[in-house]
Amino acid sequence: MADSPPPLRLYPLGEAAVVLELGQAIAPATQQLIQALTKVLARHPPPGLREVVPAFTTLTVYYDPLVLFELGAASPYEQMASALQRLLPAARAALAGYEPGPLVEIPVCYGGGFGPDLELVASHAQLTPAEVIARHARPEYLVYMLGFAPGFPYLGGLDAGLATPRRAQPRPLVPAGAVGIAGAQTGIYSLPTPGGWQLIGRTPLRLFDPGRARPSLLQAGDRLRFVPISEGEFQRLSHVH
Amino acid sequence: MSISVLKPGLLTTVQDLGRFGYQKEGLVVSGALDAAALRTANILVGNPEAAAGLELTLRGPTLRFETDALLALAGADLGARLTGQPVPLGRPVAVRAGTVLAFEKPKTSGRAWLAVAGGVAVPPVLGSRATYLRAALGGLGGRALQMGDALPVGGWSATGRQLFNTILPETAAGWAAARWSAPAPPLAGPGAPLVVRALPGPECAQFAPASQQAFWQEIFTVTTEADRMGARLSGPLLARQASGELLSSAVAFGTVQVPAGGQPIVLLADCQTTGGYPRLAQVIAADRGRLAQALPGARLRFQPVGLAEAQALYLAQEQRLRALARAVYLKASL
Repeated sequence: MADSPPPLRLYPLGEAAVVLELGQAIAPATQQLIQALTKVLARHPPPGLREVVPAFTTLTVYYDPLVLFELGAASPYEQMASALQRLLPAARAALAGYEPGPLVEIPVCYGGGFGPDLELVASHAQLTPAEVIARHARPEYLVYMLGFAPGFPYLGGLDAGLATPRRAQPRPLVPAGAVGIAGAQTGIYSLPTPGGWQLIGRTPLRLFDPGRARPSLLQAGDRLRFVPISEGEFQRLSHVH
Repeated sequence: MSISVLKPGLLTTVQDLGRFGYQKEGLVVSGALDAAALRTANILVGNPEAAAGLELTLRGPTLRFETDALLALAGADLGARLTGQPVPLGRPVAVRAGTVLAFEKPKTSGRAWLAVAGGVAVPPVLGSRATYLRAALGGLGGRALQMGDALPVGGWSATGRQLFNTILPETAAGWAAARWSAPAPPLAGPGAPLVVRALPGPECAQFAPASQQAFWQEIFTVTTEADRMGARLSGPLLARQASGELLSSAVAFGTVQVPAGGQPIVLLADCQTTGGYPRLAQVIAADRGRLAQALPGARLRFQPVGLAEAQALYLAQEQRLRALARAVYLKASL
């Protein structure tokens, strides 16, 4: 039996954005619907569409009200909202043939100077550091969305046994590529920023590079796996990338 | 063609109308905090409205124009001087090569935008010349101007040339401003708070009624935690009634979010693309120019508007800029 469609709510975010709420909790099915709608919008952009921002349960659609006024719309918001609602069935229909996003492997050198909090995470989880690494590198994670910083992925799929509270005192500067845990989340810092995540390793890959056609290494909908590497491999890969 | 930076000013960055299309990758939009002011200045020098100019913060830079230049200033009056004389805002100003633009003590606190005919021709990054300081991206090497920088200037439009020749005939030396000006949008009166109009945000109803009332009635002061990303405000504490964490969703320029401490943050051009704090309000695009003037110590009052009114005000602003562009084109053709 097919699941009933998730609840849908539309609301404005200012005069130039419509937010579609397509679910109420973090769930792969909601993420797939958001991805499917993003693809439908790319193929059939309604007039005035500027860009879209997928998040856990929402797709925010930015538009230019002027374009819709010039097309004779009395209310640009209503016009855009109904255009989006008309495209929703096509997105739901596309879910049947949904193909998972590409699997991206992220090499990580765990522990040592790259993962100063690995021991703390291990003692919190009552595991050995090697077990933490094994459990962190085992799952296939899903990139739900990018935000917080350019190229920063919000990942789903962390082993619940690894959940660790944030540091009481955030570090003034966390290097780009640092892999951390905060609560039930794991993530990768994409830019050097202050941060309070527990750092367990670092990747030599650049998550965000404005020189690339697609500056973010990861896109919403991608699958991700962490691959443990040695410090020697880290140094070698740092020179390649 | 270039401009030499003799003094950089407090925080002077190259900005255009922002970097669009990459928010889904977490890349912030950036761009001028008062896009309408930059567009106005660009129109006044015959540029495309999206050309890159300079955003000036409180203390402006000292710049030497190495070739003849046509410039326009919009925003706050930061005390611009050419050869010791005050430079009017909102007018095209023609200057001869070698002239130095300097800023004295600012008349008011705030920001201003400087457009030059041809635009600041730094190489675009991902479709925009806007500087995003945190990622060291765009603008001049991804950073604010420094002493000794040379700013490249692009080719002028025919309108720019005609305006220059009308304002400063071939035989004239020094500099001259046009006798006409663009109407400047009203800011706050002296001593009065900046009134910014806003729509209720997606999570507005989750706040206690007394907090909602306080938000729309009381005055908030911009704290020292204020930059191009956002401004933390101090004022009455705002309490969210609903419990439970929110899931991160989109935020934009003008989003007023309220962290657990109860003091709101109004997000500006360099804000993150998504956030997890409740969104109490959304300042309308037509009033971003007022937010852009809200440096530490500035006082703000939020005034509620409906969506239809906000969209009508957006349309009115676009029509005003279009009318200005037509008027300037006619001035140049006369």
